[in-house]
Amino acid sequence: MQRTELPSVNDADLQLSDQELVNRAKNGDLSAFETLVSRYEQRVFNLAMRMLHNVHDAEDVTQQTFLNALEHLEEFRGDASFATWLYRIATNAALKNLRKKRGLPTVSLEESTELQEERDTIPHPEYLADWRQSPQELIQNNEVRALIQQALDELDEKHRLVFLLRDVEGLSVKETAQALGISEANVKVRLLRARLQLREKLTRTFGDPKTLVKPEHKHKNSEPRA
Amino acid sequence: MKCDELLKLLNEYVDGEIDPAFCKEFEQHLAGCDPCKIVVDTIRKTILIYKKRSDLRTPSRIPGTASQASSPALERNKRF
Repeated sequence: MQRTELPSVNDADLQLSDQELVNRAKNGDLSAFETLVSRYEQRVFNLAMRMLHNVHDAEDVTQQTFLNALEHLEEFRGDASFATWLYRIATNAALKNLRKKRGLPTVSLEESTELQEERDTIPHPEYLADWRQSPQELIQNNEVRALIQQALDELDEKHRLVFLLRDVEGLSVKETAQALGISEANVKVRLLRARLQLREKLTRTFGDPKTLVKPEHKHKNSEPRA
Repeated sequence: MKCDELLKLLNEYVDGEIDPAFCKEFEQHLAGCDPCKIVVDTIRKTILIYKKRSDLRTPSRIPGTASQASSPALERNKRF
């Protein structure tokens, strides 16, 4: 089957803002949409990789994201940025991929990150010690990279998503809320839980027991775990 | 400010978005509380290590994959 050649991304389009490109694409300008694809495909792929840890699946999700974006472009009203809208589509696609692989019913992003008041208490830090090495030194080690990935994977999905978008992808609280379809208050609470849970696990692994400090108030299980 | 109150403001402080009035109280508390100092320090290191990991080279996409996928859809959506 002969592949139709698309207009290539032109230099003039590269100077245009996302909104201008979206407006042009809505009016049938194919090269404008291609410019948006070029602009964001690596970021979408990176997000998909962090969620799926599989190049093939991440590529599938990336393709699906841009297909969905194109098909629903008329619905993009500009209330959120195009990037945030794209992240929402990408996150949805990645979650569907994950659930399909696990044989679970696929649910929408809204159901997955359901709007609910966070009734859980904030986890209290227990293991308080300085780390033996700096993050820059630690990350050079393959085993460390595997450990921190495992810690991330062990988070509840709704906390992991917020952490990925906010702390790894660098979205603002507002953008994260828009991407996930939840309130900013929920983003903040989930982010705090994610950060504290990851801190706890990583400090138990990387912490120097010689610098251990006991929390001032009493807790059950306040002794460091073996 | 007590330790539990500090915990609620931890995100804002670490992200540099804390109200200046609370920031002063926060830092006064940190000056006299080693456990909280360690929590703030290790939270910052936790965030940084994930950022550093993401800065490491991720596999490059095969160029044009998204373009190839979108071309049939673009054809269907042609308005010409």
